[in-house]
Amino acid sequence: MREVTLFSTCLGEELFPGAVAAARIVLQRLGLEVKMRRDAFCCGQAAFNEGMRRDAAELAARFLDTHQPGTALVVPSGSCASMIRIFYPDLLADQPALLKKARALIPWVHEFSEFLVDVLGVTDVGASFPHSVTYHPSCHLLRELHVIDAPRKLLAQVRGLRLCELPRGTECCGFGGLFSVKFPDISAAMLADKCKCIEQSGAEFVVANDGGCLMQMGGGLHRAHSRVKTLHLAEILASR
Amino acid sequence: MEPSGPDAFYAAAARAAADRELNRKLENASTRHFEHLAVAVSEFAPYQSERDAARRIKEESIERLDELLAELKQRLEARGVKVFFAEDAAAARDYIVRVARQAGVRRVVKGKSMTTEEIGLNPALEQAGIEAVETDLGEYIVQLRREPPSHIITPAIHLSKEDIGELFAEKLGTAYTSDPPALTAVARERLREVFLSAGMGITGVNFAVAETGTLVVVENEGNGRFCTTSPDIHVAVMGIEKVIPRFEDLSHFLEILARTATGQRLTAYTSFLSGPRAADDRDGPRETHLVVLDNGRTRMLADPVLREALYCLRCGACLNACPVYRHIGGHAYKSAYPGPIGSIVSPSLFGAGAAGHLPFASTLCGACKEVCPVKIDIPRILLHLRWKMTEGGGGQVAWPQAPARVRAAAGWFARAARYPSMMRAAGRIGAFLLKPFGHDGYLRRMPGPFAAWTRVRDFPVPSGGNGASGRETK
Repeated sequence: MREVTLFSTCLGEELFPGAVAAARIVLQRLGLEVKMRRDAFCCGQAAFNEGMRRDAAELAARFLDTHQPGTALVVPSGSCASMIRIFYPDLLADQPALLKKARALIPWVHEFSEFLVDVLGVTDVGASFPHSVTYHPSCHLLRELHVIDAPRKLLAQVRGLRLCELPRGTECCGFGGLFSVKFPDISAAMLADKCKCIEQSGAEFVVANDGGCLMQMGGGLHRAHSRVKTLHLAEILASR
Repeated sequence: MEPSGPDAFYAAAARAAADRELNRKLENASTRHFEHLAVAVSEFAPYQSERDAARRIKEESIERLDELLAELKQRLEARGVKVFFAEDAAAARDYIVRVARQAGVRRVVKGKSMTTEEIGLNPALEQAGIEAVETDLGEYIVQLRREPPSHIITPAIHLSKEDIGELFAEKLGTAYTSDPPALTAVARERLREVFLSAGMGITGVNFAVAETGTLVVVENEGNGRFCTTSPDIHVAVMGIEKVIPRFEDLSHFLEILARTATGQRLTAYTSFLSGPRAADDRDGPRETHLVVLDNGRTRMLADPVLREALYCLRCGACLNACPVYRHIGGHAYKSAYPGPIGSIVSPSLFGAGAAGHLPFASTLCGACKEVCPVKIDIPRILLHLRWKMTEGGGGQVAWPQAPARVRAAAGWFARAARYPSMMRAAGRIGAFLLKPFGHDGYLRRMPGPFAAWTRVRDFPVPSGGNGASGRETK
């Protein structure tokens, strides 16, 4: 049996435990032994994006102590996965020892949908979800990791699921981490458009692979009394 | 136009974000732009390889900048062009005003130039008693409204044709029409006499070829060519980064610039200017000046990350691609260069106190990087500038109270996150306290730095760390 590590991410731990649990179940059903490490809480993305590189590097160091190469590290968040894969080398450029560790770990780091489709070669996980669903491609997943088709391939194999096209789907939902609370007016205007497009899609559920987008879209839809609910991709794939 | 710190930005952005009509106009314009671009790219197979070629030439140009600028100066001076290196905006303004005054110029016609917006040239000319008339249609429109351009390529992108019809009726006394050809004809007629009576034409420069000493101006209305040929004096203004090594390099840039900027194969007018009229020329300016502007660009050059921003062709595609720009419009940025490119150059051009907040006003969604014809990694530069404005010694941003509190909380979070068990304990306490206020899994109001969140959307009820094990659910 192969072993994988699932990184719950800070948003996953605190706000989306259902998504983390679902990701774990999906991986287990594929015959993998899923480990979860409790000694790293956050990848440092929020601090890094705010220009607080010293604090971000501390968190990266802790993360790299916790996670070693040799075991696939599955991250149920496009932006956390891109933080590690794309931005750690930049963040740690001046710290050779950490940089070396990061470079060794990076080939083992995979976003959840990418891991299923591109690493395991699985698109049908035996899920059933008899609802209409639209997919929001998260910006970092799409434009930093270039994971474009994997989530759609997985959704296409879910029994009973009707995939609705999301108008202007690749447009940012307006989350942007601290941007959402530092520039709430701009963030809200972007979110209003996203919610409008989600409604136009006609779907009952909007799915994304990033806690940030789920927080933003879920909060916006709920405030607007929408009947559309947000789900992490893993939650659909874990449904039977 | 110069930014004036975060307070003005916050006020303007909040106003603009609430303006759904503005957003509608910008969405429409942007949608049209990308439809045209998609067609232009689909019928031109080498588009992607031309982007790479253009990028490589820009890399080379910036690498050899000192040498190329010296060569350009030498070639141009050999043909009688007066070349002036301006260290900052004031030096550039003073030089141009002096040239105009000495020649007794009362009226100046201007081709579209964002660099002259950057240095605040029009107000300086006005103060000197010299009338400056914008001749690009979009620029003419915004000048009539006494406002700055809101986009670096399409200055009146924030206006509908109805807005322009009303403006012309009010300011020019013509009968109201919203028919674009009719409105264009009005402007054309009004501008004709202005062109013929102007003593000086001022334009920007898209490319300056070092090898041949050629200034290249691309535009669509012929007004740029008029400005550079009809008045007795032509003053061209360019940033130091506009120089390129060889004439043949233009083939790559001209293939991609119009396509990316407007979805055209080529702009309607591409002027190759080599200086004042020779003794046996029948037309052309009697005097040509080139103002080469630094104004913070060498500071960008000295920074290995910021240097990449000097590759910019000013095509404006990143503005249209940017969801933040489309929701607040160009004016909110208070900078001659709004949108993503503006946010990476403004801090160097106008200072951290004035523009240091702009790199933060982005979700880092990366749409800008995707469309950039020379593939500038704008998100990476935004991140670099955020670091410079935080702990990198690049100057301080005077954050208003609310975002300052958010930043303080983020710092606290990052330091506390080093101790996962402490974070989890805090999470459990927070979840315990907040749980009773949840409705249907969401909170309508949150305290402290989260208040800005719940001002505009609901917050999911925290689980108290239930996700850590991957076993439990809410």
